[in-house]
Order: sequence, then structure tokens, then C-alpha cells
Amino acid sequence: MAATRTSARSAGSAKAGAKPAVKAAAKPARGGQNGLQFTPEQELEAYKMMLLIRRFEEKSGQMYGMGLIGGFCHLYIGQEAVVVGMQMSAKEGDAVITGYRDHGHMLACGMDPKGVMAELTGRRGGLSKGKGGSMHMFSKEKHFYGGHGIVGAQVALGTGLAFANAYRGNDNVSMTYFGDGAANQGQVYESFNMAQLWKLPVVYIIENNRYAMGTSVSRASAQQDFSKRGLSFNIPGEQVDGMDVRAVKAAAEHAIKWCRDGNGPYILEMQTYRYRGHSMSDPAKYRTKEEVQRVRDENDPIELVRARILKGKMASEDDLKQIDAGVRAIVAEAAEFATNDPEPDPSELWTDILV
Amino acid sequence: MPTNILMPALSPTMEQGKLAKWLKKEGDKIKSGDILAEIETDKATMEVEAVDEGVLAKILIADGTENVAVNTPIAIIANEGEDVGAAASSQASAPTPKAAVVAAPAELAAPAIVTHSQASGSQAPASPEIPEGTQMVTTTVREALRDAMAEEMRRDGDVFVIGEEVAEYQGAYKVTQGLLQEFGARRVIDTPITEHGFAGLGVGAAFAGLKPIIEFMTFNFSMQAIDHIVNSAAKTLYMSGGQMGSPVVFRGPNGAAARVGAQHSQDFAAWYSSVPGLKVVSPYTAADAKGLLKAAIRDPNPVVFLENEILYGQTFDVPVMDDFIVPIGKARIHREGRDVTFVTWSIGMTYAIKAAAELEKEGIDVEIIDLRTIRPMDTDAIIRSVMKTGRCVTIEEGYPQSGVGAEIVARIMERAFDYLDAPVIRITGKDVPMPYAANLEKLALPNVGEVVAAAKAVLYRS
Repeated sequence: MAATRTSARSAGSAKAGAKPAVKAAAKPARGGQNGLQFTPEQELEAYKMMLLIRRFEEKSGQMYGMGLIGGFCHLYIGQEAVVVGMQMSAKEGDAVITGYRDHGHMLACGMDPKGVMAELTGRRGGLSKGKGGSMHMFSKEKHFYGGHGIVGAQVALGTGLAFANAYRGNDNVSMTYFGDGAANQGQVYESFNMAQLWKLPVVYIIENNRYAMGTSVSRASAQQDFSKRGLSFNIPGEQVDGMDVRAVKAAAEHAIKWCRDGNGPYILEMQTYRYRGHSMSDPAKYRTKEEVQRVRDENDPIELVRARILKGKMASEDDLKQIDAGVRAIVAEAAEFATNDPEPDPSELWTDILV
Repeated sequence: MPTNILMPALSPTMEQGKLAKWLKKEGDKIKSGDILAEIETDKATMEVEAVDEGVLAKILIADGTENVAVNTPIAIIANEGEDVGAAASSQASAPTPKAAVVAAPAELAAPAIVTHSQASGSQAPASPEIPEGTQMVTTTVREALRDAMAEEMRRDGDVFVIGEEVAEYQGAYKVTQGLLQEFGARRVIDTPITEHGFAGLGVGAAFAGLKPIIEFMTFNFSMQAIDHIVNSAAKTLYMSGGQMGSPVVFRGPNGAAARVGAQHSQDFAAWYSSVPGLKVVSPYTAADAKGLLKAAIRDPNPVVFLENEILYGQTFDVPVMDDFIVPIGKARIHREGRDVTFVTWSIGMTYAIKAAAELEKEGIDVEIIDLRTIRPMDTDAIIRSVMKTGRCVTIEEGYPQSGVGAEIVARIMERAFDYLDAPVIRITGKDVPMPYAANLEKLALPNVGEVVAAAKAVLYRS
């Protein structure tokens, strides 16, 4: 297992604990070891989408620094394999809802990068006409239900999306994403209870990136194995290597099928890592640079796929460079659009308050 | 010595009930714990348990008797072989009740006041929503609310009711009575005690296009869920640039009931009405309760529907119409008058109506505006009336600071300042948490005397 399992450190000793102890964990296993192999097409699909998210987020960080993006801006860098692996297993009609670290989810749902970026810059071409911002975007067409700024709120809402599916008797599943921090909110357990009671088709995806803002899991959570958070409701759960997109997809297949078959909710704890700060204004005092660097070097989700592609000769270095260039072009176009698109018309202040 | 069994009070506000059924007959031996009879209020049926031992010597109130006042002797228990004449003749001494009530109702005992409150309604102009000559049927507010939900559920399969005790219990206040039987457990859903969770779940279902009616057993518990009402329901349409709304109704009893203390006696009209993206409705009559609830269920926006527990059992005329809808955002002139305007809504109307009747005796002609909707507020109706009368009193049970009355006063100041002949007076609940003691509770709430005095003050009469 990876450096995503850093040991507990005593408070205030971030610098001293420069070398995170790495536990060898029996599970979760890498996707390949689980027997799930990607076809070359799947490897390239995953690579391309993860790279798009990475480059998009890097550009967002850059534009934030230039003052083009305001307010809060939470980047998904390091966690790309989670949403990409999950969405590779979803079908049309499945709903997605998440918290405020949502840019990656929107891209993985197929929402237009230009519209996402223009929302970040608060322009009229943004997905919410510039009125939502980084944390509040939606797409009915892509079944993306936000983008929620209140930690944990999306869990009850996502359970409601599943309720609607059950009510209508369709086989759609609600993919409800939240973090290790949100996992300590009371409404999460209210939702677990109802979801299991009524056998609602919801996959709870706990993106455990080790830090709730600046508070490490070990300092905030009495039960650090989040896959067990549904135990008292008899909700099955498993820990997944969230840095390996194949492992994510394998777990997703299983969990989604469980829900689609009418067995009720399922919990996936994705063990992942956030490279950047909680938001752009994060002082990064709570962990060491070495810890971050170590994950980047050893467990980067994109590098893992890239290495497999090259090793398996699924594509050449040149092919990958071309993919990279294509992704950069998409992001550059989005950034340009988001920079030049006008701000919303002042009259928009008064629209969309009531239907 | 024989003892009287008295009609018990089954809730803090119960004044009378129906003696549904005797389970023991005269001459039966009674021991402590035996179920003697079933008592029915408009809220629930409950059993009366014997406390004393002896023989059921005489039944004083027969099966099926309605409107039996609390503390009326209903039977006599005697020792074996004892003469019961003594007890029967000593009723005036009002012995303490010797019966205990089992099977407590929902968390809150509900009131069962069945007073007729349509006094002085005769002067009210016909509601524009009701065509002349429409047949009327006497209905309680409780039944009107239930009928509204049932009609809308028949009309639209996406409408469902969710909340605590809404299904099998038939509603903690009996408002959802019969809905489970008609619509089944798929659409009438009992939740665990989990307001934050089920409010969020309901809003999520609304994002997906369903039309939930989310019942709070009382709005006091909506504070557990207020994040979803304000942050999730009210703001999503705006934050999504108009893509995604929340067609949801949050409903339940709001404000003070009777003797339930500070945590269960709060008026949320001012709280929710300060939030853009919400509509806030608070009816007084049964007709408005029905027509507005139907409108709220059809409204694509989130609607906070504030009912009142004391009003549930009151009866009013409700029009017999295929599809009776009262538009949200329109006030109703309950009584036309020329001297002073009262602006109020919900339970506040009861003070206004009684005060107007008293003032009429002194030649003061009051106009009463039943606001019905708090947000969007029908400011035009208020301004028109104030321009006519030049004087205004607002009446509400909520707190004074930042109350709805304060908002009304501000709007009058902004739009009709020059028409005012006196400063507006606000009659509100007092600026204290609701006390439990009966006398203090009475002091904490508005009363008719205060309203009468305020009307005279703005008229400079004493």
C-alpha cells in the first residue's frame, strides 16, 4: 500500500514527523492484483481524462494566482483516479453529487471545460451564468447535481436522488461523493440509516485524502477505516486504492451492481491524496513537503497509468505527447474563453431567484 | 366511599372529547390498570385506565357521547356492595380525577379545541377565488390540509408525503389521516426521527424532479434541518443559473401551542421570510389552508407552509369546487373598515377579529388584512389600506426584534409615510423565551386587550 496511509502524528510536530511511516496493508490491493486489467482503450481513456483534470486544475491554480478566479477554489490534483474510475463504471442516467472540490467530477461527467472554467472566473458563459462559482455548479443534462458548499449536505441530497430513482422504479444509481471530513457530519449517518432502511440505490464514495482541511484523519476520526462507517447500519463497505484507476473501476463495478440490483447502499472508501492545499489559501503547515513529494513520486495516479501504457506498448511516448498536447489545447481554450467572456449582465442579479 | 371517574384531559389544550366506547359495563369488577373506556379527540383515540379498585357502579356518560367537557364525571366506582348514591350526589365537590391516560400521543400532545371561530366573518367580502353561489362545507383546518394533499396526490404521481408519524400513526396531529390508506407506503413515508436527514433527502428528491411534501412534526424541529431549507432548497435555482430548482413544500405546525414551553413554542415566520428563494405561507381559515396548500404543492419553488396547532380543530366554510386554488402572495381583506388597519395572519387573526368586534362597540371601524403569505408579501394590499385608514397595527405571536411586523412597518414607512396619522404599533409575542407557567405564558403571548389598546392609541383615543 501507499503513502496514503501515513501514521498519526502528534499535533504541532508536522516538521518533525518529516518521514511518514508507511504501513504495509494487506488491502486494498492494486487493481491489477485484483485481476482487473484494462484494455489499451480503457487505459488511454483513463489517462486522457485524468490528465484533463490535472491540467485543468493546474490552470485554475494559475488563474487564481492571477486574480481571475476569486473566493474559494479547491483543487482535485492527486485524486483524479477516484472520479475517473467511478465514472467509467457509470451508465447514462446515474446521478453524481459531490461537495465543493468538484471540478474533476464535472469534467468526468462530461461537462464542458469552457463552461466550468468560465464559472470559476464568474462569467456569463459559466455553467451557472457566473452566479454559482467554483463550489456551485450543476448540469441537469449530465445528471450532475452539484457542487455543494456545506460539508456533508450532499450526502443527504444524494440519498434523495437515490430515493427518486427508487420511487420511480428505474435502475439508476446515485453516486454520492464526500470526504473524510464530511464523514464525521451527523447527517451522513441519518442518511445511511434511511438508505439502508429503504434499500436506496446509492454508492457512498468517501474520498479519504487524509486531511479535512488541515486536520489529519488521525486527529479527527475515532474510526479511521471509513469503509466500516456503515457497519452499524449493515451497509457493506470496502477500502480501495484510490490512486489506481483500475482498482477504483473494479470496486465501482461491484458497488454499482450491488445498488442496481436493489440491495441498498454501498460504501467505498477511496484512499487517495490531495497534493495541493485544502484551498488556494492553505498555509500547508500541517504536513511536510516530503510527505507530498513521496506520494507524487511513488503513487501518482496518472504516472501509474502512463507507465503501464508505455510498458505494455499500448502507445508510444509520441502518442502520449500528442494526447498531452490535445489536453493542453482544451484547457488553454477554456482558460481563454473564461478570461474573455464578459461578466454577467447586471440584470442577472435579479433572475433565477424563483421559477 | 364511591369515587367519580372524570373525563380526563388527554393533551394540554384539550377541552372536550368524545366518549367513544365503554370497555367495562356496570357491575364489572375493576382493578387498577384495567382499561375502562376509549376517549376520542379530534387527534387520537386513547384509553382510560382505572387507578382505583372496586366495582363499576354507574356509567354517567353513555357510549358515543360527543363534546364531553374535561373533568365531567363519566362513571362511579364503588367498593363492593357500597351504595353509589353518595358519589353521585357529591359531584359538585369535584374530586381529583381517578383515571390515568395511557397510550400517550406523539411527542407533543395535541390540542383538540373545536371552537367555532368565524365570528365577524360576515363582513368579509367574498374571496375572489370563490365564484358567487358556490356551495360551502364546514371543514376543520386539519381536514382542509389533508384534503389539499390528497387532491394533489391524486392529480400528480410525483407528489409524496414524508415525515415523522405521517403514515401509520396517521399524523402526529392527524393532518395526514387516511393518506396511507389511500396512497400506500410508497407515497406516504414514515421516517426515523431525523429531520436534518429527511429534509436533505426530500430536497435531493426534488432536485431529481419529484414533489415532496416534507412534514415537520412541528416547525421547532425544522431548526435541525434549516441548512437544507435555506442552503440547499432556497439557493439552488440561483446557484445553478436557473437549471435546477426545488419543488418542495415544508409544512407543519408553527408557533406556540399551549403549555409546551420554550423549545416547542417558536414562530418561524420572520426567520424563513428573510430568505430569498423561499416562499412563506401561513393561512388562517380552512379555505385558505386548502387553497394555499394546493398552490404550494404545485409551485415549482420551495414553500415553507406554516400551520398553527391551535387552529387545526377550528372550523370554517370551505368551497366545494373541483380545483380550488388560492394564489400565493395575495392578502385577503377579512373585514373592511375605515378607521384603522390591522395586518396579521394565522393565529394572529383570532386576536384581530375579537379586538375588531370590541372596537366596533365603541364605533371604531377596523379593516383586517389577513396576509396569508409572508413572502412574497402583498405590500400593495397593506399600502392601499393604510392610505385609506392612515393608521395601522400589526399583530403576530413571534418575537418583536426583526419580526414580520417590523418589516411591515418599514414598508409602510417607505411607501405610505405621508399617509400615516400616527406611528404604527406592533403587537408581538414578548421578547422572552416562552415560559411554561399558565399565567406567564398568557403574558408572553399577545392578547385582545393589547390589540384594542393599540388601536385606540393610533387613533389617539383612550
